[in-house]
Amino acid sequence: MIHIKRLQEDGADVIALVGEIDASSSIELDLAIAKSVGEGFSKILVDCSALEYISSAGLGVFMSYIEEFKDRNIKMVLFGMSDKVANTFSILGLNELLHIGKDKVQAKQIVNEL
Amino acid sequence: MNYKFKVGCSIENLKGVRDFIRSSLKNHNISELEISEIVLALDEMCSNLMIHAHQCNPDDLFELIISVEKNHPLVFELIDDGTVFDINEFNTPALDNIVHEKRKGGLGIRLVKSIMDKIEYQKTGGRNICRLVKTVHFI
Repeated sequence: MIHIKRLQEDGADVIALVGEIDASSSIELDLAIAKSVGEGFSKILVDCSALEYISSAGLGVFMSYIEEFKDRNIKMVLFGMSDKVANTFSILGLNELLHIGKDKVQAKQIVNEL
Repeated sequence: MNYKFKVGCSIENLKGVRDFIRSSLKNHNISELEISEIVLALDEMCSNLMIHAHQCNPDDLFELIISVEKNHPLVFELIDDGTVFDINEFNTPALDNIVHEKRKGGLGIRLVKSIMDKIEYQKTGGRNICRLVKTVHFI
């Protein structure tokens, strides 16, 4: 079960993920990101501090936006991952393809420098 | 020690599968990080089985057996009677291809192959057994 909260801060859309993302819930992550893009946000911060688990289905959602975001100059930074969640991203080398910050302050810095 | 779990092929049941794996492994002095990787790989294998071999039919059941013996590799068996979805037959797609083709799948196969040491399939008496082996460090 995943619960997704959105709030806007300093012109960025902050998407907070609470719970677990797997094959049954990855669609909700996809919809939340699509909605943010649809509303015209060019800075998206994904708060992973309450994300307990993410399966490859969830990782695939982030991957699927990489090219589109490059083409449309949309910047996305993930932050606040636990060690276990961070490890999931690094097993596949996704930490090299996505922008990941330690906390929200660092994520804002990264998104403004991209 | 053996742990068995029988579950219907609805992806809503994946959470229960993960809980079963965590609780089976938690008192065997295996690190949290290794357990989390195993959960990830088995979640992937189970969701593949549910989606590709059983079209998410909740009435189709499969069995997950976990064998834990100290200082031996862990053995996981997925037993069902559907069509075999052998991930060894799929080439592991390159990461930049996955990005380029916006493939939401493909990642899972990479994940399972990088976490597990061995993945083998066997058919006996109309039942498919997918056996995954993983050497862990017992603390």
